[in-house]
Amino acid sequence: MLSDFSSSSSVEYTKVAEIKGPIIVVDGITKASFDELVEIETSEGERRLGRVLEVGYGKAIVQIFEGTSGLAITGTKAKFLGKTMVMPVSNELLGRVFDGLGRPNDGLPEPIADKFLDVNGEPMNPERREYPTSFIQTGVSVIDGMLTLVRGQKLPIFSGSGLPHNILAAQIARQANVVGTNEDFAVVFAAIGVQYSEAQYFKRSLEDSGALRRSVLFLNLADDPAIERIITPRVALTVAEYLAFDLGMHVLAILTDMTNYCEALREISAAREEVPGRKGYPGYLYTDLANNYERAGRIKGRNGSVTQVPILSMPADDITHPIADLTGYITEGQIVLSRELFRKGVYPPVNVLMSLSRLMKDGVGEGKTRGDHMEVGNQLYDAYSRSQEVRALADIVGRAGLTGVDLKYLDVGDKFETYYLKQSVDENRNLEETLTRAWDILANLPKGELTKIKDKNIEQYYKEGSKHPTQ
Amino acid sequence: MVAKGKIVWVSGPAVRADGMASVKMYETVEVGESKLIGEVIRLTGEIAFIQVYESTSGLRPGEPVVGTGQPLSVLLGPGIIGKIYDGIQRPLEEIAKKSGAFISKGISTTPIDLKKKYHFKPALKIGENVKAGTIIGTIEETPLLTHSILIPPDSSGGRVIDITGEGDYDLEQIISTIENNGIKFPLKMYHKWPVRKPRPYTERFDPTVPLITGQRVIDTYFPIAKGGTGAIPGGFGTGKTVTLHQIAKWADSKVVVYIGCGERGNEMTEVLVEFPHLIDPRSNRPLMERTVLVANTSNMPVAAREASIYTGVTIAEYYRDMGYDVVLVADSTSRWAEALREMSGRLEEMPAEEGYPSYLASRLAEFYERAGRVRALGSPDRNGSVTIVGAVSPSGADFTEPVTTHTIRFIKTFWALDTRLAYSRHYPSINWMQSYSGYLEDVSKWWTENISPDWYNLRAESYNILQREDTLKEIVRLLGPEALPDEEKLVLEMARMIKIGILQQNSFDKIDTYCGPEKQLKLVNLMVKFYKESLKLLKEGKSLSDIRSMPIIPSLIKAKFEIPDEQVSKLKDLESQMDTQFNEIRSQKEEVELVV
Repeated sequence: MLSDFSSSSSVEYTKVAEIKGPIIVVDGITKASFDELVEIETSEGERRLGRVLEVGYGKAIVQIFEGTSGLAITGTKAKFLGKTMVMPVSNELLGRVFDGLGRPNDGLPEPIADKFLDVNGEPMNPERREYPTSFIQTGVSVIDGMLTLVRGQKLPIFSGSGLPHNILAAQIARQANVVGTNEDFAVVFAAIGVQYSEAQYFKRSLEDSGALRRSVLFLNLADDPAIERIITPRVALTVAEYLAFDLGMHVLAILTDMTNYCEALREISAAREEVPGRKGYPGYLYTDLANNYERAGRIKGRNGSVTQVPILSMPADDITHPIADLTGYITEGQIVLSRELFRKGVYPPVNVLMSLSRLMKDGVGEGKTRGDHMEVGNQLYDAYSRSQEVRALADIVGRAGLTGVDLKYLDVGDKFETYYLKQSVDENRNLEETLTRAWDILANLPKGELTKIKDKNIEQYYKEGSKHPTQ
Repeated sequence: MVAKGKIVWVSGPAVRADGMASVKMYETVEVGESKLIGEVIRLTGEIAFIQVYESTSGLRPGEPVVGTGQPLSVLLGPGIIGKIYDGIQRPLEEIAKKSGAFISKGISTTPIDLKKKYHFKPALKIGENVKAGTIIGTIEETPLLTHSILIPPDSSGGRVIDITGEGDYDLEQIISTIENNGIKFPLKMYHKWPVRKPRPYTERFDPTVPLITGQRVIDTYFPIAKGGTGAIPGGFGTGKTVTLHQIAKWADSKVVVYIGCGERGNEMTEVLVEFPHLIDPRSNRPLMERTVLVANTSNMPVAAREASIYTGVTIAEYYRDMGYDVVLVADSTSRWAEALREMSGRLEEMPAEEGYPSYLASRLAEFYERAGRVRALGSPDRNGSVTIVGAVSPSGADFTEPVTTHTIRFIKTFWALDTRLAYSRHYPSINWMQSYSGYLEDVSKWWTENISPDWYNLRAESYNILQREDTLKEIVRLLGPEALPDEEKLVLEMARMIKIGILQQNSFDKIDTYCGPEKQLKLVNLMVKFYKESLKLLKEGKSLSDIRSMPIIPSLIKAKFEIPDEQVSKLKDLESQMDTQFNEIRSQKEEVELVV
């Protein structure tokens, strides 16, 4: 990005007062602004990019994206470019691969820019938002039936190291479509500090399904500069917004792994000696994450949409960890992966009880999907939740201590996991099939137990004991 | 004289400016060439420390800072209802007209349309002596709301020397003039009021009337009174926002102020999309005609988040002063506290717990104390109230964190949302053992007079079942349910029915979303009756399994969404079915015994 380094308003300084961690302090400043982009030139002539975090009293604190290793107090030049960081955008971006700062990474030349956009974006005016209501069929039963994804939603995957979050995200990216339309999703993929193999898996998966030509990839891998990660989701979302709201495309933005992003943020905060919040993360982590996650949605009178699926690995599988916690407060639900189900060999190993889609209520129902969709989802939740309680009880008192209805719930819990939840990586179930499977499971319960479903839907779909699915 | 200085330092939303000797604490200032709005929060010598309500990206030392001579204020007059404002009362619709779908900075707007004409009916006569707060006249702001034009509360009053006749005027028209000690004060239909200063009133009363929200667990078990305070703490996904939306939709107040403080953009949009189509069950008018939104979404500038709470509560007090019941809903006060923490950090103040400033508790207290039921200033005599309900978002759903612990000290109704209940899809996930209401005794008189004298006892009896279940659960966890005697198993069964049939309420179901007080009482009555009858049967030696298989049970549980409020009499049919089934068990059993 930023081929144009020779802006007329740029000023160069040579007095570096301090270098610590990812930041440098430049002295003798006469003209610099907050958030301004800075180009650093080392004594060897190497160029790096930085951004002003604080300016005043003749000093500027600059964060260096590529890190400060190799920089010296003398001989380092800092050129203040007179503008904030921008990303050149155009429809030529599709099919391309960029690095974490938005520079071409595929050996091809810089795409010709249609315009330059500030990577920080601007807050979307809630008055101009269009409320998301279009159901996205992902072909994954547990998502479509119980955690419905809606166009313009931000629905993260809370995962743990080693769990198949990337496989699930790739499956969603391949299979996602809005029923009744032939519009494909454009995919914006931001790899934030992930391993080479993970990024490669995703890229191959898009390639194999032919989706790569309508994708844009941003790769900051595990061995790339850590501070660059602060920018990676921002450039990716800038492009996503452009594709959606300027070109009218439906965009699925996948950001993995947000935990690495937060760690980069913590590194800078620590270097600036700020008062830390929980677990050493800065007090503004919530606001900072929100500035990224809120860049999803739809706008009145425009065609496109940005649907966001951020992925984060919960350190020690702890959902109360600040990263997962704050993310959950911002996003419209969460898909939580379970290590226990993963060990049992269930894919996708979604812990449905901890998972939630806040916009499901608006995307399903009569006229959108099917009248019984929401109620069946709620009943399945209820049944599975009950089965988990019974399971815990059975571990202590044994099956003999259970009542007849409890035993039925125990059975329903097992069937839910093997017949409804479990499916293969390339299995694309339509909604009809997902709902049929749900009723097959509920058929194992007596009618009186279905307290979340209206009588008319029970009459239409419920057939007691009609089917005893095993696999 | 207005202060004119220069920026010397910028870091995020915090700016220091030099040459600001004449600026006052909490004065509003214009920052930089693009005239961003800021507020002075500390003065050291000639240096003013300013929090800026807009993005400071691109701001540079050397740019000018100009004082306005005014504290941060809101403009109060007709035209507020139905609007969506940002944290400093800029209408988002106007901002959208100027900058499109995304909010740019440096946009100036007027909060209400000063050119719009309203039909004014005077209430004063020439020669009358008037005081601050007296009603000058009225206009119809929406079909739902008569807006009283008030003499500003900070006026010294005087004698009316001029008042216009009935007619259509815009807001800039001078509608009346009063004279005091030879000085003339012209009055318009609007006035300004500083947001950080509570609006005065004559007298404050104890709250005694319940705020009916149509939510069973709130109205029946943990009620809040008009003019009271309540808090909803809960981890993410426990349904704070949905519960607040429900209160904003169905509460029987005249005006609702909804503050979206650091929350999701789509949630504000949802209110904007939904409320114009939702019909108030009491007035049959769209809910938007009584609602004001203050939105500072999580990605909007953090300093304005701090202001949004005050902007909202000042608007609420303004409508209170007209003699109305107002509900203020703030989602979420934790984000407001975080904004305080962020500014405090940039001021390099000594932090207290978890980095929050030491004045967090006093700020929370000041905010919640602006709730209350009061007699307004001036004449005619009128009472109004502001009820404050604040959401709290404790990190890690840990209720021992500072914002939750301090909030609890200043509120009287506590609705504790429970992550475990939310995981099992028990919504609203208000934990009935942890929650409490300090207004129970205060509002029972209202229930007795308006709904039924049995309310207090029925509530206590059904709550008692839930309490007993809570103790029994421990035993079940160790020994299994079969280890209990039938009478205790009945308690478990009963608690399940109350939990599903009463406590759980589906906000997204057309019928279940609102449950009027009469239906609430009847449902509870049915449950309590079912329990008592079953207990009798058990004492007569009948078996629990016969009771468990009674077909009335699913009907009782589903009555909440199968029987709408308008057909509440149908619950009578349910009751007679129940009686029949109990009698059947009685007679059936006897037959069996005869055969034996």
